[in-house]
Amino acid sequence: MLQRTIPLLILSASGLILILSYFSPITETWSEQVVSWFNILAGVAFVLGAGNLLAVNLEKISSKRPGWAYSAITLVSFGAMLVVGLSKWGAVPDAKHPDVHLAGSQDSTQAGYGWAYEYVLSPLTATMFALLAFYVASAAFRAFRAKNFEAILLLGTAFIILLVQIAAGAFLTNWIPEDSFFAFLRAESLKAIVTEVFQTAGMRAILIGIALGTAATSLRLILGIDRSALSKG
Amino acid sequence: MQRRSTSVVRESVRLLQRVGEYAAACVSFACVAMALFVARDVAASPMPPAAENLRLEDAPDDAGGVLVVFWKTPDPAVSAGVVIERSLTAAERAKNADELWIEVERLGRDAVAGVDGSYVLKGVPIDEDTRVRVSILGTDGELSEFVESAPARPEVSLFAFKRLPLLLTVIVVSLSVLVWVALARSGRPLKIRRIAALDAVDEAVGRATEMGRAVLFVPGIQDMNDIQTIAGLTILGRVAQTAAEYDARLEVPTCRSIVMTAAREQVQAAHHAAGRPETYAEGNINYITDEQFGYVAYLSGHMMREKPAACFYMGAFYAESLVLAENGNSIGAIQIAGTAEPSQLPFFVAACDYTLIGEEFFAASAYLSGERDQLGSIKGQDVGKAFAIGAILIGTALATIAALNEGGSLGMWAGSAVASMRGFFGG
Repeated sequence: MLQRTIPLLILSASGLILILSYFSPITETWSEQVVSWFNILAGVAFVLGAGNLLAVNLEKISSKRPGWAYSAITLVSFGAMLVVGLSKWGAVPDAKHPDVHLAGSQDSTQAGYGWAYEYVLSPLTATMFALLAFYVASAAFRAFRAKNFEAILLLGTAFIILLVQIAAGAFLTNWIPEDSFFAFLRAESLKAIVTEVFQTAGMRAILIGIALGTAATSLRLILGIDRSALSKG
Repeated sequence: MQRRSTSVVRESVRLLQRVGEYAAACVSFACVAMALFVARDVAASPMPPAAENLRLEDAPDDAGGVLVVFWKTPDPAVSAGVVIERSLTAAERAKNADELWIEVERLGRDAVAGVDGSYVLKGVPIDEDTRVRVSILGTDGELSEFVESAPARPEVSLFAFKRLPLLLTVIVVSLSVLVWVALARSGRPLKIRRIAALDAVDEAVGRATEMGRAVLFVPGIQDMNDIQTIAGLTILGRVAQTAAEYDARLEVPTCRSIVMTAAREQVQAAHHAAGRPETYAEGNINYITDEQFGYVAYLSGHMMREKPAACFYMGAFYAESLVLAENGNSIGAIQIAGTAEPSQLPFFVAACDYTLIGEEFFAASAYLSGERDQLGSIKGQDVGKAFAIGAILIGTALATIAALNEGGSLGMWAGSAVASMRGFFGG
């Protein structure tokens, strides 16, 4: 009973405080307090996550499951970053407290942590992100196959946008006088019609639905009508 | 001989006199030119006139501590910036009794480009008076005379009146939700349209069971303070219950520690609800990493190696949405996605079999529960939608009238009505 009631009370109180502070500036500090609580919880919960990461990978290594070498690399990297980060190895001394090593900054590449972030993690992240271009091409190829009316509409719209983004769009339509009845067929006009009329209208409709859905879901949670997110105890 | 030497001397003296005259003329010309140059320079950058109409006012609708400085720049053409100083606080005066003013900002040309200038002064004490003084910076770096403001004190606002329209909208939507919940409780019949993506959950999990492969559930990359993650975990409960009933293996790799804990709670409860608590495997719900593309790399590799038969993406997604959905597509998995990130919806629609779009995603929790209270709340949400549709129709009609009858009395009335609506809805 208490396992559900107490979390529900905390949830309701936090939700109401956040709403209240949005409309009443005098209570702004209350909402900052609630956000701090969450940050503390998330910080403590990270220990759980790190423990889980260690347990899963150690188990994989000890049982020599396929790909155990990757787990070993994960654990070595985890340990190295933890040591370098906590010891602030190579940290740039703080201007106010140059004698206190732990007050130093790790943002620059002079620090071990900053160096690893800049020259190891960032390139790896960029590599993963760069793959997105190929996924976009493959998804577009599949989505633009004109197999039904909706797909034909999608294909036509995509064709217009692709055409007007390149020089060919302007080259093909620049002969249409700007003050004529057919000026809407010029590349820049077609692009504006698609992006500023159809796309904006559709996106706003979705956004209004999302806003109402968020409000209704929040209300269900705050009032305890929907308790699915709470512990079933 | 003597006469000749005398004439040479005379000629030399005359030449020297001529050279001297030329030199004097050159020096005079140089002096005149220099004087003209200096005069021109001085004329181009005269001392800028001092700021006018200096006012210091409280910033409205805030928690205090903020004042706004307003001034007029008399001649923007000869002004290159503005220097703003404020009076020292009591605490600062206690430390340094010699100083009266402290410079808070030195703004560039943009601040004096127009006649009216303003600056938001933050961190002002709310329990004592504060004054500011302003000096216009000339193009040659000279400062005009400082102009001092009257003292002002920031006030703490009890209510942010600029957010009143939003508060009214929230009240209308909340009341309609509560009314419909009450109506649902009283037994009023409710008709909710079917959501294909949610009806397909059984089909997807059943297929995974038949193929002897896992079901993959990705609850987004945000933490539990994001409403999308909460909505995603609610759907996880239903997916986990179906998986438990079918005895299918459900894997939930998470991007946040708290989400892992919450997901474990959900899945465990679902196994209890399915009457099969012994099949709950905590080890299938793991924390991977907070790093967005590290998480994506793990999921991509996992999907290619394990080839799950059904993939669910329910929560907040960003650039990784298409990477995940395309990988799932390449392994032939049934894919069901749901998110409230408008920019990612097209990717999911293109690459997944079913997609919960925006509000459907939030309605899923109530839809899956089947409880009358929750279904009533969806109907209440529809009242808010009707309100939005009505406002859009009225606004469109008024804007059209204003455009068709531009300059006419009807058009002017419609234009002012549109402006009022924009103001009300914060447009």
